[in-house]
Amino acid sequence: MTDGIADPNELAAAVSPAEPTADVVTTRHGMFGSKGTGDTSGYGGLVRSVAFPAPSPKPYGGWFDEAADTLMKALDAAGTDPDTAIEYVVVDRDQLSFVVRREHIVAVCRALRDQPDLRFEMFSGVSGVHYPDDAGRELRAVYHLLSITHNRRVRLEVSAPDTDRHIPSVVEVYPSADWHEREAWDFFGIIFDGHPALTRIQMPDDWPGHPQRKDYPLGGIPVEYKGATIPPPDTRRSYS
Amino acid sequence: MSESTIDADAGVTPPDASTAEGRVFTASGGDWADIAEEAASLGEERIVVNMGPQHPSTHGVLRLILEIDGETVTEARCGIGYLHTGIEKNMEFRSWTQGVTFCTRMDYLTPLYQETAYCLGVEKLLGITDDVPERATVIRVLLMELNRVSSHLVALATGGMEIGALTVMTVGFREREVVLHLLEMITGLRMNHAFIRPGGLVQDLPPGAIDAVREAIPLLRKGIADIEKLSNENPLVKARLQDVGYLDLAGCMALGITGPVLRSTGLPHDLRKSEPYCGYETYDFEVQTWDTCDAYGRLRIRINEMKESLKLVEQTLDRLQEMGPGPVMVGDRKIAWPAQLAIGSDGMGNSLDHIKEIMGTSMEALIHHFKLVTEGFRVPAGQVYQSVETARGELGVHLVSDGGTRPYRAHFRDPSFVNLQAVAAMSEGGQIADVIVAVASIDPVMGGVDR
Repeated sequence: MTDGIADPNELAAAVSPAEPTADVVTTRHGMFGSKGTGDTSGYGGLVRSVAFPAPSPKPYGGWFDEAADTLMKALDAAGTDPDTAIEYVVVDRDQLSFVVRREHIVAVCRALRDQPDLRFEMFSGVSGVHYPDDAGRELRAVYHLLSITHNRRVRLEVSAPDTDRHIPSVVEVYPSADWHEREAWDFFGIIFDGHPALTRIQMPDDWPGHPQRKDYPLGGIPVEYKGATIPPPDTRRSYS
Repeated sequence: MSESTIDADAGVTPPDASTAEGRVFTASGGDWADIAEEAASLGEERIVVNMGPQHPSTHGVLRLILEIDGETVTEARCGIGYLHTGIEKNMEFRSWTQGVTFCTRMDYLTPLYQETAYCLGVEKLLGITDDVPERATVIRVLLMELNRVSSHLVALATGGMEIGALTVMTVGFREREVVLHLLEMITGLRMNHAFIRPGGLVQDLPPGAIDAVREAIPLLRKGIADIEKLSNENPLVKARLQDVGYLDLAGCMALGITGPVLRSTGLPHDLRKSEPYCGYETYDFEVQTWDTCDAYGRLRIRINEMKESLKLVEQTLDRLQEMGPGPVMVGDRKIAWPAQLAIGSDGMGNSLDHIKEIMGTSMEALIHHFKLVTEGFRVPAGQVYQSVETARGELGVHLVSDGGTRPYRAHFRDPSFVNLQAVAAMSEGGQIADVIVAVASIDPVMGGVDR
């Protein structure tokens, strides 16, 4: 990341409110995880916002533009308004992501699978991510699709608020999503509506809570080694 | 319709009527004939049976829930999660470098693939993919291909054992030992190596490693030839494997199946060719396919892939000899650890020169070393998906960074996890004995499935 703004275009992007801004998910204070008078590090006043790459403007470069246009047209033809379905597009580190509104995820997946110029026939998985401080978008499901026909990959990102954790299931489009969605339910509590049997997959059936959410503790006990006691990993000093 | 369950668990309490449909027979202890007679007295052929979670044929702790009608499987479901250890969650509490020691423990037969996939992902997040030294990349390929051989040998060995071909097992494990000796010589460990690190490798090859690998290749070729002679045209192997575990291309696509199972349908899909990483596009090798969509095809593919892997190993050795010594870690001192350690007489890794420098002459170097090891390096915020072709198929790593010194989220799309979804499609309608063959042909490793 560059802290100094050297490029005049970047400067313009930073001051103009019309331009898309970075996806800020949380703000961090301090440096070593301690708060109040206990923090003698001198870093207590540090404030840092955690920002993910901003929506990318066109052109995206490479095959991304063509694929995005084809997807928009296919959605339009299927009776879905593409501007509503796709919130924005991010091109970062040579990878293409579509941020999709949850109610349209099935339509987007179907278009990506069936449209001959897209043909993302292989579903590589969905992984949940939890951003507890990003109000209204706490839970995200990230879908990874592969087109063997065109040798391309695309990523879809869908968010749901923690108060309404529902995302439509894509099992009807990609049967392979079955276990992946069960895993995301198990670990993050995302409810995939329309999944044929949304049960826990890794944790025992009667397990309380969803272990990979950020508000679920890692757990652990202190370990003694050669007279010194090492605290469990989640209570050790961290560099936020 | 009444339904009976024969539960293999010991000490199962009789379930009350509200939770169980039909009668439960506990098959631990007692006379099997009595149980069979009791079941027969019901006049009910449809039985739900638990195979596993500790059945020796289930590659670890896989539970198969089979509904059987006589000898025919009418429904098959998998129960997984018995090996779940929370590796992904744990990685969120360690530095980016420490993450390697966790992900290497997922699929314990292919540790070097998890390490490589994870490190390639971290390098992509850091934007240093092109800065990784050539020598480190070639050694990564060498290790991965050796690992492919050892993993396929276990697949064939356990697969052979499961159908009663015990000699295939002894030959397979014997040859795997040869590979593990090499891996131990290079990385110091037979498994859980943590040898590949973000930015390169922790160490260069030890002296004599190239010669040792070269000497082992003819041995391995001979061992693979032994397995071929034992199984390829063996009428018993063919009778057990041919047309068993059938899954065609459409089925593979729908279920997301990759690796040898997908290639047994004739589709030459291999990420080493389609999305080359680690310079695979510069090596000469063939993607192995078969067109029978069955367990026999997967056996032949695995054998042929081992031969291709040995070809790749030879090419990496030639390159390593040609390029001579060089760095195996990126030059960026903000990422690379400052010292190349050597094993001391006490068996611990250390570097006396480096200690002399940081303790005697440069306090800044000491601070830098301390910060880099305890705090780690920061990775710019963002997310990547990086995939590699392991012995079992596509291993995908989804990494999310919040700009900190630890992964915000690390998700592994393990090929065994996805491929296991094919068990129902492969075994329903077949015989119970064929379930074992179908699962063996998928070659799942539960450490990777459950993570």
